[in-house]
Amino acid sequence: MTLVIVLVVAVVLAVSGGLVVGTRSRRRGAALPEDGAPHPGAPQPTVPVTTAAETETSPTLEVEAGRPVLRDRLGRARGLLAGYFDQVRGRKAIDEATFEELEEALILADVGVTTTTRVLGDIRDKLRSGVLSATDPPALLQALQDDLISMFEGDVESLAYADGDGPTVWLFVGVNGVGKTTTIGKLALREMQSGRGVVLAAGDTFRAAAGEQLESWAERAGARIVRGSDGADPSSVIFDAVQHAASRGAGLVLADTAGRLHTKVNLMDELRKVRRVAERPPGQLTEVLLVLDATTGQNGVVQARQFTEAVGVTGIVLTKLDGTAKGGVVLAIRSELGLPIKLVGVGEAPADLVPFDPVEFVSALFG
Amino acid sequence: MFDTLTDRFDAIFTRLRGRGRLGDAEVAEVLREIRVALLEADVNLAVVRALIEAIRVRCTGAELAKHLTPAQQVIKVVNEELTATLGGEALKISYASKPPTVVLLAGLQGSGKTTASAKLARWFRQQGRHPYLIGADLQRPAAVEQLRVLGAEIGVGVYSEPTDPVSVARGGLAEAQRLGRDVVIVDTAGRLAIDRELMDEVRRVSDAVRPNYTFFVVDAMTGQDAVQTAEAFHQALQLDGIILTKVDGDARGGAALSVKQVVGRPIAFLSTGERVADFETFHPDRLASRILGMGDVLSLIEKAEREYDEEVTGQALERLQAGTFTLDDFLDQLRQLKKMGPLTGLLSLMPGVPKEMRDAKVDDRDVGKIEAIICSMTPLERTDPTVLDGSRRLRIAHGSGTSTTEVNNLLRQFKEMQKMMRGIGPMAKLMGGGRPGNPSKSSKGTRKKVKGGRITPSSRGLGPTR
Repeated sequence: MTLVIVLVVAVVLAVSGGLVVGTRSRRRGAALPEDGAPHPGAPQPTVPVTTAAETETSPTLEVEAGRPVLRDRLGRARGLLAGYFDQVRGRKAIDEATFEELEEALILADVGVTTTTRVLGDIRDKLRSGVLSATDPPALLQALQDDLISMFEGDVESLAYADGDGPTVWLFVGVNGVGKTTTIGKLALREMQSGRGVVLAAGDTFRAAAGEQLESWAERAGARIVRGSDGADPSSVIFDAVQHAASRGAGLVLADTAGRLHTKVNLMDELRKVRRVAERPPGQLTEVLLVLDATTGQNGVVQARQFTEAVGVTGIVLTKLDGTAKGGVVLAIRSELGLPIKLVGVGEAPADLVPFDPVEFVSALFG
Repeated sequence: MFDTLTDRFDAIFTRLRGRGRLGDAEVAEVLREIRVALLEADVNLAVVRALIEAIRVRCTGAELAKHLTPAQQVIKVVNEELTATLGGEALKISYASKPPTVVLLAGLQGSGKTTASAKLARWFRQQGRHPYLIGADLQRPAAVEQLRVLGAEIGVGVYSEPTDPVSVARGGLAEAQRLGRDVVIVDTAGRLAIDRELMDEVRRVSDAVRPNYTFFVVDAMTGQDAVQTAEAFHQALQLDGIILTKVDGDARGGAALSVKQVVGRPIAFLSTGERVADFETFHPDRLASRILGMGDVLSLIEKAEREYDEEVTGQALERLQAGTFTLDDFLDQLRQLKKMGPLTGLLSLMPGVPKEMRDAKVDDRDVGKIEAIICSMTPLERTDPTVLDGSRRLRIAHGSGTSTTEVNNLLRQFKEMQKMMRGIGPMAKLMGGGRPGNPSKSSKGTRKKVKGGRITPSSRGLGPTR
């Protein structure tokens, strides 16, 4: 409270007069009611809506056969990095300059200084101990690749379904504009196709028209959707979606949430509550997926840490990887937080959301 | 956003501060640290190299000033180089002689174009213009719907039709002319820089409306790739400026430096929050100062000017100085403060706020509590808190859903604050506070006032005090 008082006075002093009274804009994430389902006294904000397409009518899907190869998709954007590695490959011997080149390449891939230094330190050790020969650059590159691939060893890349009766719940979180809603739309299409009943929970009640965006995906996938009114409590929407799924016997609830910067305390609190509600029986929360934009730099690590602290992230969805040769920040995230990468988005089409393959990812990085 | 970078420099310079002078070895170490800090801040490698080289030359060169310690000198050099890289002057919008002035927004998916369009429209309206929005993002489902909602919120018309982006843009422009709007903002679909087809499409949209300003919208959290993306967009569209979004996060924002450097066009606006009001013009010198831990009080004041009620605040200041500041005044001010967004963000803008305090989580819920407590008081109690006995306090605690401890706390702190203000009142007047309510004060005067008001425990400027 002291801080608040000091601030008020400070700002009064700082401003000797205002010019315009700002129009009142929408407030969000104010005081949260305590943990739990929407309290009965409040006006029921959510209205279950089912899409026109019933679950039985199997929609025509534009998922082509064969999954896209990461390397092809990345080919267009990858030139710069490949150039670095080719240069190293062509060298006669490994010297300090080689390491500098490697360091630059990794940093340009957004791997980050800490992880880069650590990985290259390991290579230096191998060189010193004679495991690697100083005159064999291709072997060094191979060792580096292997090291990076081994970082993902033991990860479970598949998404978990609940084994009990209740519907499986996957919760999607992340900062603004990373592609949460789009990822959910594409996953809905995929899961519907594999025969699961899917209910989408339009938990982004903040961003204008986020519900409409998800609804058009629901229509496309033939999935059901539960929406709340704008500004409704997201946990209540998700609560309703789980109930709806349970009563209709749908097996999977994909819960969207509003994008939020991990620095906003109140919004992260809101997310904690969303998680608590999503966990409630009959729903079984098996995945909390952090959606991460592949163009994100080192802030991705901070995001992953904060979201993990708040809601226990179980895996990462790396989107928009086709636009960038990088996504190297997931290496930093993997090494610092041990989070597995579960899905990778390599294009606009629904089929372009594919399971993560470390070998493919790392070798695509190296060209 | 740039806090983390600030912290890093802080750490480097704390070590530096203890030393008498810089040798070559120290320079190398400091440069290495600065390099790492900038890279961790996602500044592009090439840009970092250029910066470091410039700093090296100036640090080891003959430019030695006698009145500065080596540490101060390095800080000064780094500050100047950062400012230079971030760009000279702020962008000044000049309006087309034959309206409307057309503004086109382009960028990657999810960078925040649609939100920025609406914020920009609001900004233009505040400049006394009559903006009009064109929703040419037909790619993302419900993008136009989003723009319509935002448009309704800020009271700006939105044009779109389900045809193709080029005809939407053309149709929207014609409609704007018919309606006599003088600024048109075109929101386009997000696209990857490497997507030839879509880059070609945005070029055709641009050809159709011939924008006076083309802004590249870029996420402050972007990594090394920012440079390539910006280059590609610049080639396709000839950018005039940059809008940096999501600046309210804790990304170190190196992308700003990189993009600026590559495109060579100024960063025009910062999008600093989720509400449409969270939008401000960019000032490179302020940002460089902020990177170096000097706060950004000018932006704070500008923001306050936009959101504050001049008259009310003027009166409050007078009363504050006279020592007759009541709980009612306090409540007014608190409500105005609330309009400016989360308090944590405000703290980071105040210069000289110690690191611990910047990191302190200001609980925005406290604001609600304080509001509730004061609202549960009678008018008499608000003007004269001395009448508050135990039973009144209990009633207030019940009425506001708080505890008597919280009520007592608030009252005690308010009293202390009053006492403190009475002491500095005359001084604030001396420092230029004698013109409360003067709408066009010079920013310098205002800044002094802040210092005079001793809000800042220590002013951490670049001066020899350091």
